[in-house]
Amino acid sequence: MVGIGATEFSKAAGRSETQLACEAIVAALSDAGLDASDVDGVVSYTIDPVEEAELVRAVGFQELTWSSRVPYGGAGSQATLLHAAAAVTSGAARAVVVWRAIKARSGTRFGGAAVPRSPTSAHAGTSAAQWSAPYGALTPASWIALLATRYMETFGVTNEDFGRAVVQLRAHAATNPEAHYFGRPLSLEEHQQSRWIAEPGIRRADCCQESDGAVALIVTSADEPVAAAATTPVRILAVTGSALDGHEVASDHYVPDIGDFPESRALGNRLFAQAGLGRDDVDVALVYDAFSPVLLMQLESLGFCGPGEAKDLIGDDGLAVTGVLPCNPNGGLIGEAYIHGLNLTLEAVRQLRGTAANQVPAARTALVAATRSGVLLGT
Amino acid sequence: MTTTGAPAALRAEPARPGPVVTQDNAAFWEAARQRQLMVQQCRRCQQRYHPPRPMCPSCHSTDLGLLACSGRATIHSWTAVHYPQSPRFSYPAIVVVVELEEGVRLVSGLVDAQPSDVRIGLPVTVDFLDVEDGAVLPVFRLER
Repeated sequence: MVGIGATEFSKAAGRSETQLACEAIVAALSDAGLDASDVDGVVSYTIDPVEEAELVRAVGFQELTWSSRVPYGGAGSQATLLHAAAAVTSGAARAVVVWRAIKARSGTRFGGAAVPRSPTSAHAGTSAAQWSAPYGALTPASWIALLATRYMETFGVTNEDFGRAVVQLRAHAATNPEAHYFGRPLSLEEHQQSRWIAEPGIRRADCCQESDGAVALIVTSADEPVAAAATTPVRILAVTGSALDGHEVASDHYVPDIGDFPESRALGNRLFAQAGLGRDDVDVALVYDAFSPVLLMQLESLGFCGPGEAKDLIGDDGLAVTGVLPCNPNGGLIGEAYIHGLNLTLEAVRQLRGTAANQVPAARTALVAATRSGVLLGT
Repeated sequence: MTTTGAPAALRAEPARPGPVVTQDNAAFWEAARQRQLMVQQCRRCQQRYHPPRPMCPSCHSTDLGLLACSGRATIHSWTAVHYPQSPRFSYPAIVVVVELEEGVRLVSGLVDAQPSDVRIGLPVTVDFLDVEDGAVLPVFRLER
C-alpha cells in the first residue's frame, strides 16, 4: 500500500461525493508520489454513489484496465484490497486506487427511518427491506439489536459492558484531531444515560457516526519502483472475504445462532493461516464497530478470546494503545467517523507508518476486520 | 389461526407500510393476506425455509410449495425500537425473531406488549394486522 489520502471527516461536507472522492484520491497520489496517469485500476464497494466514468473525467486517469466493486456494503470494505491485490499480482493492473466517498449525514442518512420501497439492498447483503421493515425495524441499529439481545442473553453480557468499550473508543477519539469526538470523551455514567435506540442492546452512544468524507488507498505490487522506494512500506500479508450460506449483513436473523458471527470466525481463521501468524502477533486491531455489540462479538469470533469473554478482555483499558489488544485507536467508527469502514484501513496504515494520532508503540502488524472481509497488514 | 367471527380485524392508523412484494416472496404475502401463516416448502425434498427463495438449496427444485403453520412459536430474540421514529409506526415498536413450531425462523412484530413483558423463550401465537393497500402482516402476541 503505497499511498493513503482522505478528506476531512464532517457532518456536512458541502460538496458532492464525487468531489470528495477526487480530493481523497489526489491526496493519496501525492502521498505515493504517483501521477493520475500511473493509475490503471479502481475498486470500491456497494452503496458508494460515485460513477467510475466521472472519476476518470475529474482525476484524469488515462486508461483503466481494472474496475470492480465488492458486495456487502461496509462488511465487504476490506475485500477492496483483495480485488486490488488480485489485480496487481496477476498483472491485470499496476496501480489500483481503492476509494469510498460518503455523505451518510448530510446526504441520505444511514440511520434514518425511511420506509424502503426497493426489495433489494443494492448489493449491501441484507433482505431487511422485505422482512424487517414492515415491523418498524428500519435501521441497521434495529437489525443488529436483534443479534445483540440474543448475544447478551446467551453470555450474560449487559449494555454496561458495551459501554466500557465505547468509553475506551471515545477516549481514543478525544485525542485524535481527525475525530468527530475530538476533545469529547464519554464516561460510563454518560453512556448509561444515553437514550435508547433499540433496547436492550443499543443506546445512541453505542452507534457509529453518520459522516461525510472520503478515503482513498493506492495498491501496487511490492516490486514496483514506487513501492520499493517507500520509506515505510506497508504490505498486505493476507486478505480475504467470507460470505456463508444463509447469512446476511446486519439482518442475520435466520441462521442457527444469531448471537454469533461464524463468517467472522471463518474470516479470522483464513487470514491468520494465510499469513502464518497468530493472534498474539497483532499489534493493533481495527474492528468494524458499526455498533458496540458487534465489536465484542467480533473480538470473540476473530479468536482474540473465547465466546462471551470479550467483556473481560475489554475491561476498563483492554483496548487502549497500551492495553492487552490495542483496538480502534482512532476512535473507530463510533468515535472518529463512519467512512463505511475504509477509515479503519487508513488508520491501520498510519499505525504501521508510525504516524497515527494515538500511536501504538512499535506497531508492525495490523488486522482490519469487517465481519465479511478482512486484511492483515505488516511492515 | 384465523380471525373469522372476530368482532373486528386489527387495523393500524395511520396506515403502516406493507411489505415489498416480489416474484420470489409473493406466495408468503398472499397467504398472509388470506390470514394464513405459511412458509416455503420444497415439494420434491420437503425441506422448509424462510425467507423464501426461487430454488430449493437442497435439491435445486423450483417446484416450491407452502406449508401451513400452526402459528405457535417461541421468541428467539427481540428488541424494542425507540429511535429514529417514522410517523407510520408507534413506539417503542417491539420487533421479534420467532422460532416457529415448524422449525423455521421469522422476523415479526409483537403486539399488545411492553418491553418489560418480553423474554427470550416465551411462547407466542400468530395474529394478523391489516396495513396499507390491503396487505396483511403476520404478527405475534404473548400467550396468556
